[in-house]
Amino acid sequence: MAPHSNGTSPHWSLKSGVHQQGCPELQVLLGITGKDFTLIAASKAAMRGATILKAADDKTRQLNKNTLMAFSGEAGDTVQFAEYIQANAQLYSMRNETDLSPSALANFVRGELASSLRSRKPYNVNLLLGGVDPITDKPSLYWLDYLASLAPVPYAAHGYAQYYCLSILDKHHQPDITLERGMELLNLCADELKRRLPIDFKGLVVKAVTKDGTVEMPFDNDRIVKSA
Amino acid sequence: MASGYDRALSVFSPDGHVFQVEYAGEAVKRGTCAVGVKGKDVVVLGCEKRSAMKLQDTRITPSKIGLIDTHVCLAFAGLNADARILVDKARLEAQSHRLNLEDPVTIEYITKYVAGVQQRYTQSGGVRPFGISTLIVGFDKGSELPRLYQTEPSGIYSAWKANAIGRSSKTVREFLERNYKEDMDREATVRLAIKSLLEVVQTGAKNIEIAIMAPGQAVEMLPVEDIESYVKNIEQEKQEEAAKKKTGRTPGTGSAAILTRPAQDEPGDQ
Repeated sequence: MAPHSNGTSPHWSLKSGVHQQGCPELQVLLGITGKDFTLIAASKAAMRGATILKAADDKTRQLNKNTLMAFSGEAGDTVQFAEYIQANAQLYSMRNETDLSPSALANFVRGELASSLRSRKPYNVNLLLGGVDPITDKPSLYWLDYLASLAPVPYAAHGYAQYYCLSILDKHHQPDITLERGMELLNLCADELKRRLPIDFKGLVVKAVTKDGTVEMPFDNDRIVKSA
Repeated sequence: MASGYDRALSVFSPDGHVFQVEYAGEAVKRGTCAVGVKGKDVVVLGCEKRSAMKLQDTRITPSKIGLIDTHVCLAFAGLNADARILVDKARLEAQSHRLNLEDPVTIEYITKYVAGVQQRYTQSGGVRPFGISTLIVGFDKGSELPRLYQTEPSGIYSAWKANAIGRSSKTVREFLERNYKEDMDREATVRLAIKSLLEVVQTGAKNIEIAIMAPGQAVEMLPVEDIESYVKNIEQEKQEEAAKKKTGRTPGTGSAAILTRPAQDEPGDQ
């Protein structure tokens, strides 16, 4: 069924026709799982068109003690959707005196994205969801996009970062790596992104999820990288 | 009493009563007792627990003290099933408030909300009032000031320094009135809460539940062993006091009571 078969302008034209402002492809999201942790990294630049509005943006939200979600996509949608998911995750924890596991949350998020996709104005959000299962202590990482695809993966990226980082991770990632090795891999990825991305993404915020909770990792964003 | 004015809920009796709301108050009086006590920088909730039956699994039987949000705790007296619904509404509102206002609820706000829901159920058709009173405690964000509120089935809410609801709440409240002191530390606050509950709970530590809240911290449910040591301590103190009274009396007033004894013993001896 054509959405505007009567010829008048469609009522979902709130943003259609306007070019996407957030440059979602240029926002970097990375995720790596290891032996007993999941690392999530997100670029710190908040962009609108060719302008950087903020250089210390945090594109992650903590859903519960052991699950972290990183998001990219259209400017307003991302935070709105992420905080909606966050509120639901916390409500579940309050009601049931137990946290949802990362896999349960991933499937919940997928369901919300899927029903949004079929609504009048879908959320345009891509996500990485990383966590450590509080019962089995197994780390996990889920890749989700705005079309409500869900894939559990050992490492992941969103946007143009996929082109540069997945090959590096293909080569160097092992499922049983330590946190130190995980940070090394992120450094490899960050260097490559600095080398090849045409814009400055203002470095990465890196957070590690372990069975004890989530911590922000120190990350050197000032390393100078020579272009190839 | 039931003369047709308690059929439809939202109908006044000629003398201005709404009977269903008053019956809800009766349901509260039959519920197990709950107390709340404010200290200097702590607030304590105490509950009388129904003793579990032999085959009941106490680990997964729900408690009468529930968390509304990480910084708000609620205890109730009355119908357990009604409380579940009310608590769930409050939890939803707490998260909704966080999402929309980017701030956790204040204790007063969530109390007003709970009381508002209870009031609505006294004035709309096809429903009955909630048969519960609640004590809501906690700390507002960034504040060190303990808060303690009470709500009733009618939708009334009020703030307290210490209060009790449920079975024999009058006895406990009067005890609290006699023994409450300003600016109690954590130890004294917990002790007063337990001591006041012991006025009406016969079986001691096994049937008492204590939750402690401090600013910026998660709620702490006091372990049974700790409650037991408090109870033992309190009972010992009571015995000592009673002994002191006895010894204090002997010189002056005891004569009448003592004299009757030998009189009774004599026929037995013969």
